[in-house]
Amino acid sequence: MTSPVNNTVSFSGWQRADGRKGIRNVIVVAYLVECAHHVTRRIVNLADDMDVHLIGFPGCYPNQYAYEMMRAVCTHPNVGGALLVSLGCESMNREKLLSEIIASGRPAELLVIQEAGGTKTTIELGLAAVKRLQTETAKVARVPMFLNELIVGTICGGSDGTSGISANPAVGRCFDALVAADATCIFEETGELIGCETIMADRAITPELGAEIEACVAKAEHYYRVMGFGSFAPGNADGGLTTLEEKSMGAYSKSGSSPISGLIKPGDIPPAGGLYLLDVVPDGEPRFGFPNISDNAEIIELIACGSHVILFTTGRGSVVGSAISPVIKVCANPETYRRLAGDMDVNAGRILEGEATLDEVGEEILQNVIAVASGARSVSEELGHQEFILTYKAFEPIGPSCLPVRQIA
Amino acid sequence: MTQSADSAAAQKPVIAPVILLHPNDNILVCVKHISVGDSFSIDGELITSAIAIDVGHKIARAALSTGAKVYRYGAPIGSMIEPVAKGAHVHMHNMKSDYIPSHTRTRQNEDRSES
Repeated sequence: MTSPVNNTVSFSGWQRADGRKGIRNVIVVAYLVECAHHVTRRIVNLADDMDVHLIGFPGCYPNQYAYEMMRAVCTHPNVGGALLVSLGCESMNREKLLSEIIASGRPAELLVIQEAGGTKTTIELGLAAVKRLQTETAKVARVPMFLNELIVGTICGGSDGTSGISANPAVGRCFDALVAADATCIFEETGELIGCETIMADRAITPELGAEIEACVAKAEHYYRVMGFGSFAPGNADGGLTTLEEKSMGAYSKSGSSPISGLIKPGDIPPAGGLYLLDVVPDGEPRFGFPNISDNAEIIELIACGSHVILFTTGRGSVVGSAISPVIKVCANPETYRRLAGDMDVNAGRILEGEATLDEVGEEILQNVIAVASGARSVSEELGHQEFILTYKAFEPIGPSCLPVRQIA
Repeated sequence: MTQSADSAAAQKPVIAPVILLHPNDNILVCVKHISVGDSFSIDGELITSAIAIDVGHKIARAALSTGAKVYRYGAPIGSMIEPVAKGAHVHMHNMKSDYIPSHTRTRQNEDRSES
């Protein structure tokens, strides 16, 4: 087994007013509609600072999920301050968003392009605002942070036939060690757990939670059937995966073997340490299209649930990172690793070549998590990857059986 | 790769190109590229591959008939739609999902036939 870690492992975090701690001190610059995207991107590019990130929502129509996601990511513990950029006529409630960010104890400013005088003026005003936010965020106190205050999310992307036998179970070993240290771990994509619902429900800490887990996978299957496509990309087949349930079984091993403490939805913060399943498939009849149009849609939902770090396993070779939280990439396939070594943090393909055991790679992933939490840049972070995507969705709040931990506490 | 990596590879122990993930499985997973004519052992029987098999792909551990459930990790991952011989490639051409049909770049229509 991956060596036990205890809670005395500590690193330096940023203290936020809500009591949470961050491992980064990022300033987010957010467009509130696609029409403000260019101006916002120019502000971020001209600021030329690795810790100033571009995020945003493209839609003009109102959407409760998109608002909650923006609120959650702008008040994420890795975020020190926010600049909101609005065109002026879109539906996003910019005043409410601004006041919620300020109420969280963070410096935040709002620019409305139509009021500021257009593109050039807004870019100039935005750069000045970023400078003020940089001055403010630099004052945030650094405090010791412990593993039981860390939230780690996991996702797989560009999976192939090796993912489920090297990188994914190695992340599972790392998750087991983190959960044993009372850290919080989140796995997701119920659409990629189709076929695993029964064995997963058996791991729930209460039978009622188990029933909720089975119901949420059934919901995912219905949703994907209506879409006409499973969560299965052509590259999965190129890499030897034949069916969705085969991909699911491999993806499932990222969760490790800890009991499942709860079922959450995007924006819900796990109430205590343990392993949680994130339900990323919208509720109700399908309305806005595919549940997750690409991997970063899921990554940002893991981040909206408080994830400080993301463990991304890949077989075919994804290169993405993310805005707000660093992404650590674990490559499952040794041939892919040789082609894309410059994009990977961990070579789990060594397991297939008899050069390392699952436990050894699990331990290496754990040490990477601790190093990145301590301030070391992950490979994708160093390369400047800050992908972000947010689209329309609809969710109902989680039911009372989904978080037994909260009820016990 | 660099020369030092090549020499490190030369010193590595010889590993079987296919692995069994669970005793109940009826497929094996390729972990090292198999070229046409390469020989390897399945449950003690020497098989010579008629085709190249890439890392991550599956081969039949035993002859499977149409309708047979395919087991990987000890769990069902779909069914055969054509019979397959021991040691032959198991993939989209002879196997299907029991949940939602898979698509590829060229098979994206409703019945997932070539489009």
